[in-house]
Amino acid sequence: MKKVLTFITLLAVISACGGQGENSANEGNRVSANSKLKKTDDVTKGIGKFKDVELPPTLDQAKATAGEKIYEVKCQPCHKLTDVKLVGPGWLGVTERRKPEWILNFITNVDEMLSNDPVAMAQLEECLVRMPNQQLTDDDAFAVLEFMRKNDGVK
Amino acid sequence: MNKKTIGGVAAIILGTTAMTFYINGCRPKTTMTSQSGDAASKVYVAPGQHDEFYNFVSGGFNGQMSVYGLPSGRLFRIIPVFTVDPTSGYGYSEETKPMLNTSHGFVPWDDLHHPTISMTDGIQDGRWVFGNGNNTPRVARIDLKTFRTAEIIELPNSAGNHSSPFLTENTEYVVAGTRFSVPVGGNTDVPINTYKDNFKGHLSFISVDPKSGALDIAFQLELPGVNFDLAHGGKGPSHDWMFFSCYNTEKAYTLLEVNASQKDKDFIFAVNWKKAEEMAKAGKGVKKKVRYAHNVYDELTHTATSTIKEEVLVIEQKDLKEVVYLIPCPKSPHGCDVDPTGEYIVGSGKLAALLPVFSFKKIQEAIAKKDFEAEYDGLSVIKYESALHGVVEKPGLGPLHTEFDDKGNAYTSFFVSSEIVKWRVSDLQVIDRVPTYYSIGHLCVPGGASKKPWGKYVIAYNKITKDRYLPTGPELTQSAQLYSIDGEKMQLLLDFPTTGEPHYAEAIPADLVAKNSLKIYKIEENNHPYVTRGEKDARVVREGNKIHVYMTCIRSHFAPDNIEGVKLGDEVYFHVTNLEQDWDIPHGFAIKGANTAELLIMPGETQTLKWKPENAGVVPFYCTDFCSALHQEMQGYIRISPAGSNVPLSATLDNKEASTN
Repeated sequence: MKKVLTFITLLAVISACGGQGENSANEGNRVSANSKLKKTDDVTKGIGKFKDVELPPTLDQAKATAGEKIYEVKCQPCHKLTDVKLVGPGWLGVTERRKPEWILNFITNVDEMLSNDPVAMAQLEECLVRMPNQQLTDDDAFAVLEFMRKNDGVK
Repeated sequence: MNKKTIGGVAAIILGTTAMTFYINGCRPKTTMTSQSGDAASKVYVAPGQHDEFYNFVSGGFNGQMSVYGLPSGRLFRIIPVFTVDPTSGYGYSEETKPMLNTSHGFVPWDDLHHPTISMTDGIQDGRWVFGNGNNTPRVARIDLKTFRTAEIIELPNSAGNHSSPFLTENTEYVVAGTRFSVPVGGNTDVPINTYKDNFKGHLSFISVDPKSGALDIAFQLELPGVNFDLAHGGKGPSHDWMFFSCYNTEKAYTLLEVNASQKDKDFIFAVNWKKAEEMAKAGKGVKKKVRYAHNVYDELTHTATSTIKEEVLVIEQKDLKEVVYLIPCPKSPHGCDVDPTGEYIVGSGKLAALLPVFSFKKIQEAIAKKDFEAEYDGLSVIKYESALHGVVEKPGLGPLHTEFDDKGNAYTSFFVSSEIVKWRVSDLQVIDRVPTYYSIGHLCVPGGASKKPWGKYVIAYNKITKDRYLPTGPELTQSAQLYSIDGEKMQLLLDFPTTGEPHYAEAIPADLVAKNSLKIYKIEENNHPYVTRGEKDARVVREGNKIHVYMTCIRSHFAPDNIEGVKLGDEVYFHVTNLEQDWDIPHGFAIKGANTAELLIMPGETQTLKWKPENAGVVPFYCTDFCSALHQEMQGYIRISPAGSNVPLSATLDNKEASTN
């Protein structure tokens, strides 16, 4: 039943174009009003703790390898490394399409992003499967981002 | 007490009911009159809000334990304990089958009576809840992080583990007193009419590791062939003692209804467990050859193991003279309940018209002065009057159980007169009485058996519902009733149905449990021997005629989802790992024609379904737990070929080897 409700809620979110939808997939907590995207926030950075992230121009090889390991266990079933969509979008070019803050926020704050971030919500309309919260720590998220950069050709 | 027994005495009850209510003068004109107008608001928990208490309720003959919220009476879960549960795969998956192993082999059912929550210093701590298997004698420990059965230990020299699983004050021991006395030792093929010579009653003391909760039978006490019924641990001054009620001191072995009700008084066995523990440690017990199973579920391998043990330490009756003392208690005592101070012990004679309350201090003085009235099988019987604090006069008919609140009051259930009676422990005066609908057995006040009752409510667990609910054929729902005890008068607030037959139950503030509740199994910590950590490792492996499918699932597909090269005669093991790390996203796995059940795999968990194909062909499997918008797409096929076929073994997803997808 709960799953059905989740599904209904998800449809409601889609049809209401966000803002009103409740985050039903995680812990049953409601998203409080003040967590919605504020006008002053940079829309392209998403919602979450990552506000300004500076990345070095070169790749941290060790971190990218750690990220690849996490990818294989927690991400690979849904995301290909090409531009082909499986359950979720293929990762090729993702670091060019999205700011690092958006990627990090999406990985670590997925339910709020899916409920209130316009970009994530638009993506959900295409994929129709909520990205699971795979319990990545901040370090894990940075490692996965580094692996995405490697996949996008950063040396 | 089981429902069949009740059926047997139903005629007597019905015959006496009218008279009883006349005597008590309190029968309401209709079933509605005892309920006041604001009851609904007191049990209303708004949508999305949480209950204040967890209520762990025995399922009786369903062998499980139910979890309700109070005050709403909403059912959250039925935890599989002693009975198989096809819904979760408990007892069907390869990992959980060993949990139900016994010295008699796999036993798929039992009868669970008395949930008891672990305590630290006499106060509920919310770590574990214990349950007793009443038929094939066992004790289970349920971990309240996972709400799963973590351990089951069988009890040798026992039959009908009713007087269990009550705890010492600091959860040092869980006790298990046998309801049936049985012949023990090498030759148990004896005439039943040699009961008096050959049958013995054993009390087991199961130690509980303070950190892990691991169970171990530390020692057993060999005692006369009576029927042990219930028990409770001492607290505070009586910390070192455990009190067991018994009936059938007549040692009857047939028509107990009559033959075990001959004597005016039976006994409460007062056991100095601390002394028994010292004796066991000093090697004063005898190691006896027995067989019993000890089953443990490992949370990291997601797998249970069952070990058959062959020895138990027994302290013989002849050595127990200074460990066990008998307190005469009228008319086949049932409940044996110790008040929060640890000073008063209430014995409830099922057939008595008064309620004796014993004093721990007086018991100690009587022992010191050797103030005994007799010996029973070499054990000292304390003089009734010397142990007695006093009696509650004319409390009702058929007292069964007593729980306590935080204000010095006791609440006793009366089966025959179908009511709860509130009385003051200090002066033994009856303060209030309320009817129950109908024939109450156990009752529960949150924390009401501990040193620190939380009070607020008393809940009646009834044996009969008759006209209380919409009829459902001959078999009606079982039920509980919630009463407020905030004021002087008890107030009926709510009826709620229960599953199986409710016996004892305990309630605990939700805060003590909810904060520890596990959300997912971490995939990094999954040490299952057949775990698949990511689709990269999804594969199929042949070992002789065993096919091991290393399968993953995540919204919304299995990997692999096409399997070929399996032949008739093969046994297929689907080892399904749920890669989700998101709370409340289990996946199910079911395959057409399987003679078992489904798997329900929690996030990060691995579970295994064994399947033996019977025909060549293509067989579908699918996810049974609605997981996403594309749940209906979450499916796959396995092809079974004839025995001699040369179809190569393959496991693919999207037409690619699963591992390279």
